[in-house]
Amino acid sequence: MNETTTPTAQSLIASSLSKGDGNIPGVNSGRAAQIVMEARDLSVYYGDFLAVRQATFSIARNEITAFIGPSGCGKSTILRSLNRMNDLIHSARVVGTVLYRGIDLYGPLADPGEVRRRIGMVFQKPNPFPKSIYDNVAFGPRVNEKFTKSELDGVVEDSLRKAALWDEVKDRLKASAFSLSGGQQQRLCIARALAVNPDVLLMDEPCSALDPIATGRIEDLMREIKSEYPIVIVTHNMQQAARVSDMTAFFSVESTGDTNRPTGMLVEYDRTVDMFSHPHDERTLSYVSGRMG
Amino acid sequence: MSFSPSQEAIELLDNLLPSGAQQRRRIYERVVQTVLMCTSFITVIVLFAVAGSLVPPTIDFFQEVSFGEFFGRTEWYPLFEPPAYGIWALMSATFLVMTIAIIVAVPGGLAAAFFLNQYASDRVRRYLKPTLEILAGMPTVVFGFFAVNFVSPNIVQKLWPFGEVDFYNALSAGLVVGIMILPMMTTLAEDAMNSIPKALIEGAYALGPTKREVCTGVIFPSALSGIIASIVISLSRAIGETTIVLLAAGASAKFTLNPAESVQTLASFIGFAGIGDQETDSTGYRTIFAVGTFLFIITFILNIISIRVVRRFREVYE
Repeated sequence: MNETTTPTAQSLIASSLSKGDGNIPGVNSGRAAQIVMEARDLSVYYGDFLAVRQATFSIARNEITAFIGPSGCGKSTILRSLNRMNDLIHSARVVGTVLYRGIDLYGPLADPGEVRRRIGMVFQKPNPFPKSIYDNVAFGPRVNEKFTKSELDGVVEDSLRKAALWDEVKDRLKASAFSLSGGQQQRLCIARALAVNPDVLLMDEPCSALDPIATGRIEDLMREIKSEYPIVIVTHNMQQAARVSDMTAFFSVESTGDTNRPTGMLVEYDRTVDMFSHPHDERTLSYVSGRMG
Repeated sequence: MSFSPSQEAIELLDNLLPSGAQQRRRIYERVVQTVLMCTSFITVIVLFAVAGSLVPPTIDFFQEVSFGEFFGRTEWYPLFEPPAYGIWALMSATFLVMTIAIIVAVPGGLAAAFFLNQYASDRVRRYLKPTLEILAGMPTVVFGFFAVNFVSPNIVQKLWPFGEVDFYNALSAGLVVGIMILPMMTTLAEDAMNSIPKALIEGAYALGPTKREVCTGVIFPSALSGIIASIVISLSRAIGETTIVLLAAGASAKFTLNPAESVQTLASFIGFAGIGDQETDSTGYRTIFAVGTFLFIITFILNIISIRVVRRFREVYE
């Protein structure tokens, strides 16, 4: 499978970066081998309404990719189509291709449950289950694999350690998840997502409900785990994108004339350093310099 | 230095004082408020009126029949000579019919609620929900005839594996009472499931489980308080059901837990004796009130339990 996709992945990178000066340091052909996911001409409709049109980008190992852009630009929609969460919305329809390690996620071979297990997700607001801390983390492993009690204990501890929450909760694993603070709840949700051992982690504005200190801890955590889990983060906070991400995709909106609901589109996708210092697109420049959005 | 209000302040004050029209509006508002309040208090008044009308005949009853006789015996012949007032004959039948109904309605209602909540497409939902409401709005006497003329001869009498079945039997009554409360159970349970925040359900699906695993692992525990409340409410509805039981289970009060026998429940006794020709000043007549009080207390306790359960186990989201 990988042999067949590598050329396409390379050409994809080449095309997505062709607007650049051709030889961007740090983004070289070596990155192509690290590609885990790629979206090609990915459009999402809600009923007849085209929410986002033809986004093309790739996600590589060891990288945090940030989706930025004004409200309604479709960044969350695109994120949710990367692990088929849009399936839960009846009217949503995806056109285009999402490849995960060469497999079409919307093809006949892909099982939505398995897709979501491999491509985990953390949501805007912490959404722990009304269960104990332990049972929150153990939910995913329990449904996906057969574990003995001690193995499960190990998975739970491991996940909580990765999410930098273990030391705070190890003495009260049986306590309700609702007894945790907002920031702790969000780290619990990250631990819950990591417990099923995903390959990629999608984060949909994970810090928007958190205070700056809790946000800082989540960002530290992202940097720590990105070597194991490539991360895609949607954020409204450009400083956050600049702080944590390696690659940045800027989405914007365009009015299509026949409808007053504007369609979202991917404007530019490049290394974060370049996106914030010398973007190629005028719209990116005005957004990152704070003149728009 | 003395304070003297400015011209603007005086004008402002003038504007703030109510004009005639404004005063009339205020009075009208008061009237509406009072009418609305009275209407909502009618339910409370009716509750006390019902309770109050039950108490005096019940007190009279217990001056003629001892507590020991009422709660200590299992024979119930209040309208015959010599009378027997052992409430356990009615209690056993009530318990029996209620249990059968709950065995039908709880699994059935939960399954239907899970289906509506997670499996059904929008189109199926659009047809299924009104159908349930039609079933919920069907007069119980129709259900009663369904029980007597269809369920008893065609299902219960044909399929009962353990010997003889009375034509009037507790099983037919219980099954049909279960069907009657099924829509209510379904609707209440589905409402409870629907009140779980969408973000929570999404969080569950994001971990890769099947729909069934989301239903049993997240939705059921998250909606547990509402589900328990819906069971208790269905329970009190089943206990109070009169017409179906009266038509389908017959009128022989006996202490039994055999579903194939004809039985009489608390409610169906009231229905049965209430349309009979009891002298208003007889012990037999007062029996109706005593049983009514007993039934009232049971359903009252059940409702208190359901309120407690909802408060105690409700998950507070946000």
